[in-house]
Amino acid sequence: MTLAVDNLRVYYRTLQGDVRALDGVSFTVGDGEIMGIAGESGCGKTTLGKSLIRLDGRMHVVEGTVELDGTQLPLSDDNAMNAFRFREVSIIPQYAMSALNPIRKIGRMTSELLASRGVSFDETLPELSRRLALVGLDDTVLDRYPIELSGGMKQRVVMVLSTLLNPSLLIADELTSALDVSTQKAVAEMLVEFRDREFVKSTIVITHDLSILYQMADTILIMYAGKLVEKASATEITQDPRHPYTRLLLGSLPEVGVRFADKRLSGIPGRPPSLLNPPTGCRFRARCPLAFEKCAEEPPFVEIAPNRHAACWKAVA
Amino acid sequence: METTDSRADLLATPELATTGLGASEDLDPGRKRYETLYFALRNTKLVVGLTVVLLLLVVAIVGPWLTDADPFEFGFPLGEPPSSQYWLGTTSAGQDVYAQFVYGLRASFIVGSIAACVAGALGMTIGFVGGYIGGIIDDILSMLTNIVLVIPTLAVLIIVAAYLSVGSLMSEAVLIGLTSWPWAARAIRAQTFSLASRDFVSLARLSGRGSFRVIVNEIAPNMSSYLFLTFILLFGGAVLTAATLDFLGLGPSQVMSLGLMMNTAVSNAALQLGMWWWFIPPGLAITAIVGGLYVMNVGLDEIFNPRLRRT
Amino acid sequence: MTRYLARKTLLYLLTFFVAVTIDWAIPRLMPGNPIDGLISRIQADSTASQQLHGYFTESFGLDQPLWKQYLDFWRGLLHGDLGPSIAYVGSTVSELIWAAIPYTLALLVPAIVLSYIAGNRVGAMAARRKVLDNTALPVAYILTATPYMWLAIVLVYFLSFKLGLFPVSGAYDFSLQPEWSLEFARSFISHWFLPFLTLFLVSFGGWAIGMRNLIIYELESEYSNYLQSLGAPTKLVRKYAYGNAVLPQMSGLALALGAVVGGALVTEIVFGYPGIGTLIITALQNRDYFLMQGLFLLIITGVLIANFIVDIAYVIVDPRTRAGIQGS
Repeated sequence: MTLAVDNLRVYYRTLQGDVRALDGVSFTVGDGEIMGIAGESGCGKTTLGKSLIRLDGRMHVVEGTVELDGTQLPLSDDNAMNAFRFREVSIIPQYAMSALNPIRKIGRMTSELLASRGVSFDETLPELSRRLALVGLDDTVLDRYPIELSGGMKQRVVMVLSTLLNPSLLIADELTSALDVSTQKAVAEMLVEFRDREFVKSTIVITHDLSILYQMADTILIMYAGKLVEKASATEITQDPRHPYTRLLLGSLPEVGVRFADKRLSGIPGRPPSLLNPPTGCRFRARCPLAFEKCAEEPPFVEIAPNRHAACWKAVA
Repeated sequence: METTDSRADLLATPELATTGLGASEDLDPGRKRYETLYFALRNTKLVVGLTVVLLLLVVAIVGPWLTDADPFEFGFPLGEPPSSQYWLGTTSAGQDVYAQFVYGLRASFIVGSIAACVAGALGMTIGFVGGYIGGIIDDILSMLTNIVLVIPTLAVLIIVAAYLSVGSLMSEAVLIGLTSWPWAARAIRAQTFSLASRDFVSLARLSGRGSFRVIVNEIAPNMSSYLFLTFILLFGGAVLTAATLDFLGLGPSQVMSLGLMMNTAVSNAALQLGMWWWFIPPGLAITAIVGGLYVMNVGLDEIFNPRLRRT
Repeated sequence: MTRYLARKTLLYLLTFFVAVTIDWAIPRLMPGNPIDGLISRIQADSTASQQLHGYFTESFGLDQPLWKQYLDFWRGLLHGDLGPSIAYVGSTVSELIWAAIPYTLALLVPAIVLSYIAGNRVGAMAARRKVLDNTALPVAYILTATPYMWLAIVLVYFLSFKLGLFPVSGAYDFSLQPEWSLEFARSFISHWFLPFLTLFLVSFGGWAIGMRNLIIYELESEYSNYLQSLGAPTKLVRKYAYGNAVLPQMSGLALALGAVVGGALVTEIVFGYPGIGTLIITALQNRDYFLMQGLFLLIITGVLIANFIVDIAYVIVDPRTRAGIQGS
């Protein structure tokens, strides 16, 4: 039961040409694994998340395949993908708080959605109640309109709803960006719990916030400018990052308890390259403190140690 | 290796945000203006609408120069269909329809633009003030807006025009302007609300600028496209309302208007006599102007709001 | 729900009050003595005009202090007394209005209801199908830009005068009297059809455009996105989009009522249809102030009532206001 992504390229059509948002990405996610995908805005992580379930208006798959549990996902075929959505692949969207139809009671919307997917609401109700209780809500929520709930409550409803049919793959897109720190922790714990109770098999958590990944992810995948940059277990990445980009990212994380004056946040000067006409060679070259001549040739994303991957000439020890 | 001011980047920590998608945000303002123009010319709706309106505007300006006849002047052959001598024929009383048409067209543009300015000014004042200042002033202004909104404009105009007998295009335009501002006020108020909560406005407020200055310098310029669209809609609406008033005989009787043409035509049995050149062109012109304006409006909206582009 | 309706009721009462006051104030603000103008019209001889002068002064109550005039006006209003007509000597304003209302309503109500329903349907369909969007939408724009009276003129010219398919004017054939008979019904409908069609077509355009835009907006909303990400069939997504789009559309209905009423007035004039429109023209041409006042009040009251009905409908349609939540 795995997700296998092979050389996926997804571009955006614009008037000025194709924006190469996702430019040749390959990785696997195992059964029961929670993989975090992190990177700056525009690195391609959201594109990746979206392309796995539903392509946006201007996105198109240029190349590559995605296999889930051995079956190839028909990413470009919207109709064919419907069979997989909700049941095999599901998403907790970034806008979870406004994802519910404002003029429908939540219970009614759920039953209509389930019915449209051929699932009986009455049969699912006991399990639904159990899961709502798990995230700290009770059945009365079903009788309410979205406007009556708080943002956090709506998010939890969406989390339960999205995972109700026990999908093989759950994509959590920027789940915590709008939340405060303590709620972030609670949400992260909920996702882990979903995995532990086998509500979902594999989870991909997309975020720009490395600290939350450290708490909940098994593996972390770092992306930059449409390409994969480093992949390793959460502990390895945080303790021993190999790619210069990861190291700089982590160097810019404030540690709890350390005063600002003691440890300067280094930040990373510069900006990511335009993906309309990406530069040749390593895309991080322009901002990388370790760059040298070989970086003009694009480093492949290879295994540099057991279960560790990186795309950097310097990381190949 | 690029070096930029690392101070700015320091504040951003793990999320070092830029939108590296290579879209228009990376372009400088000059390029952005070019891009807007590019979309503008490509947009069929804008091009078609604008062409129609400009065409009629040209006719309105140039048309009267091409004839010596006065629209009210009698003495021409009675009830003549269009010919090379009388381009749009004559009325049953011997007036030149072409002269009436082009002068009437002029009147439509004049009334439309003045009324739109009046209504726009009122709408902006009330909308900006209510939206920006809020509180009890906003409540009062909203109530006022709602009251004027609910009252059917035509009924008011009929009563007022009947008693006060409109003498000139200016007074007609002002009258229309005074009754058509509510929806503009509402729309502007809503936009002002959302803008007023943005950072740059708060910044201006905190730096001690007076409300008037903040509205004029910060809020209005950022709504310029929206204000322009509103103006266009007000213009179209005013042309229609003026035509209706003129048709009812409530417009200035000494000034030729398209509505007046239709009024005279109908009361002089032009329909029965089949004098289509008398009553078809005026209404057609109004439909064309208003239709052109509406279509322009949609096109402009698409250009100003990229989200709406359905390419 | 009650809060919402209460707020609206307050608004309407206030508006009514303002309207009545305007109605009362305007003839008194007019330059010159209204009664002299009336009498000069009637062209009576000097003794008769003296008597008439006294009669009118009393009717208008101009010999009373202003505040008393105002209160008398309200009193008369609440008794349904709108004064005598000048143009139609011998009839009261109320009588004339009561006689004309059914005809106007016969045009307005079906036209508003049907154009609303049809416009919404077509607009929603146009939002989904590109082909329909490219054909129906331009037509809708042209329709909504067309002045009512011109469309009336065009229709009556081509379909009545030229092709003789429909009668030219009036509400029914001259030889008939209003009665419950098939013959009368047929005559009535053939006279009714073109004015109705005029109102229907122009309003239809506006609704179609509005709905189309709203549906497009709703289809791109986040809840639509979410549903589609979860594989919901387009039917469900459209159903939700429609339900959400209807709400602002209904608010729009309340706003548009004033415009349609205006359209009905001019359409009636073109068709010589014996409704409120024709009455207004007669009142204007004859400077029948009582009649004009009465008609003005009638229109205002009618629009306010219609607005209120729409507000009630809104409460029914938006479950959030029903549940007492402060929604939009």
